[in-house]
Amino acid sequence: MSPNFRIALRFLTAKKRAMLMSLSCIVLGVGLFVVTQATTSGFQGFFIKTILGTNGAILIQDKLQATMRSIDAGAYNSGYEIRQKEGQKYVEGVDYPKQLELAVVKFKNVSAVSAVLRGTVVIRSSFREQTGQAYGIDLEDHLRVSDLGSQIVQGSLADFRVQQGGALVGRVIADKLQLDVGDTFEIVNLGNIHHYKVSAIYQTGVNDIDSVRVYLQMEEARALFRKPTGATYLQVSLIDKDRAREDAVVMSNVLQYSAAAWQDREKSWLGVFRAFRIATAITVSVFTLIAGLAMFNTLAMIVMEKTKEIAILRSMGYTREDISRIFLWQAAIVLAIGTILGCALGAAVTYAVSQVPLPITGIFTTHKFLVQWSRWHYIEAVVTAVAMVMLASLIPSRRAARLEPGDIIRGTAQ
Amino acid sequence: MADEPKVALRCSQLHRFLGKDEGRVHVLKGVSFEAMAGKVYAIVGPSGCGKSTLLYLLGLLDQPDSGEIWINGRLMSNSQDAVRTAARGEHVGFVFQFHFLMLEFTVLENVMMPMRKLGRLSPEEMQARASRLLDAVGLGAKVNRLATHLSGGEQQRVAIARALANQPTIILADEPTGNLDVANAGIVFDILTRVAKENGQAVVLVSHNPDIAARCDFTLPMRDGLFI
Repeated sequence: MSPNFRIALRFLTAKKRAMLMSLSCIVLGVGLFVVTQATTSGFQGFFIKTILGTNGAILIQDKLQATMRSIDAGAYNSGYEIRQKEGQKYVEGVDYPKQLELAVVKFKNVSAVSAVLRGTVVIRSSFREQTGQAYGIDLEDHLRVSDLGSQIVQGSLADFRVQQGGALVGRVIADKLQLDVGDTFEIVNLGNIHHYKVSAIYQTGVNDIDSVRVYLQMEEARALFRKPTGATYLQVSLIDKDRAREDAVVMSNVLQYSAAAWQDREKSWLGVFRAFRIATAITVSVFTLIAGLAMFNTLAMIVMEKTKEIAILRSMGYTREDISRIFLWQAAIVLAIGTILGCALGAAVTYAVSQVPLPITGIFTTHKFLVQWSRWHYIEAVVTAVAMVMLASLIPSRRAARLEPGDIIRGTAQ
Repeated sequence: MADEPKVALRCSQLHRFLGKDEGRVHVLKGVSFEAMAGKVYAIVGPSGCGKSTLLYLLGLLDQPDSGEIWINGRLMSNSQDAVRTAARGEHVGFVFQFHFLMLEFTVLENVMMPMRKLGRLSPEEMQARASRLLDAVGLGAKVNRLATHLSGGEQQRVAIARALANQPTIILADEPTGNLDVANAGIVFDILTRVAKENGQAVVLVSHNPDIAARCDFTLPMRDGLFI
């Protein structure tokens, strides 16, 4: 144990109450930081999981086609030309989904691809009707790019696989149209009425999906939309979801189709979560700021009270740096205890919060408070506390180091 | 042939001003002085004549406005703060009127504190040396007591043991008995001079007590910033 550390430990007892105040603020600051980050990240993480489980990491749709360029209009080298605006335009849909799938799966990060044919329809039950969207899918392909398998809340996918005219209906649609598993309903497209049977009811938790989507087998959808070939888009799942943006850019350039990563598709919601996370971090950092101020105040008081001791230490050969370190050690000791207790408090409260029942539906469905366990929350909390408290401790410790022993002793002796 | 007495401390033409602007006072007006190893010097004089100021300059706690201070043959007066600090730890031991013990530490820990900073001895050696010094000042039985649990005389004896901890060349004592009753003052003075003489250390003390001054090897009366 260094002499400075030993002295710092003993000096700590000089202002027990004030030090306990600083300690409490550090514990609260670190603990609450961890809890708020765990909860906001928990909801964000669940939202991301939900959107990846429903719409996939990347959607490839709409061909990018080069537009007509300027062309010569007169004789060879006449100088006359018809000028066109240079660029590209989107052509809706995917003409040859199988070929495009073969090209997409060659990307290293791609784990699965599913072609989807989509169209707006009227869904009608004996009770009422509503506008919705029919999604034609190849079930096995789609299960590989979504969580549809685990989103079934009534009925079974086995029926959907084998049932002629089977359909997967969203929970909200089913409730609205009063449909149950085994019930028949109609889908109207361009005046033509098609009959289907509810094979299963799914619930993603995302209201925008559960209230409009009806999944049909691809062949059924082709018959409904009278589209024997092609698809609306390809839904792609990735091995590393966080690389979606980079992969989408490469896919877009290579395949000449527009590719949208989940981060860009859900930019606004992700922005809301991010803003919320930062706002809560700033709010709870006030505790850490108070801890820094309390530490500043306590150390400043100790410096004033310990001037004699500072002088005697300097007379024994302790350098200015030693004096400064003695006070910084005090802050560091309180900080170390505070951050350890704060992290423990954060973990305990995070666990307790995760057990709190909280039914939420809308952008996702959950029945309890969502938390995310990440070491980064603890690291961020500790770094914030260290930065604020140590910064606040620098001033009194430097002041202590600047004290002249001769002045102190002369003043005391007289 | 007997060894020549060694000069432990020498100062020449020390000038020191204290205060600022109109309050500026010329406290030391060219003081010169030499202290030999193994001898005890008493600086006496009325309050405000510059005794303590001189002592702090000699102990490198303060810097002179002009003049030179040599400790163990090394010019220290104009050296850097770090050099003066190191010299204080190695060559100078202080005893103040008020013991200035660290009250949160035990008697033993107080005496070990300068040794810990110097770092020349192992922890066991430090403890053994501190115990010997406390035995020498008659506190061998109270090594583990907190400084607050000692009488004034005992606290001052701990301060003497602490001043001797690093075997300094010079011991500077500012009114070491000024806060003690007559009996304790005599005991403290005897211990200080006996231990210092045994170790061949020069002792320079400032005192108002004529009895104490009379028992020193040399008495240096001072008035208005000069030895007379």
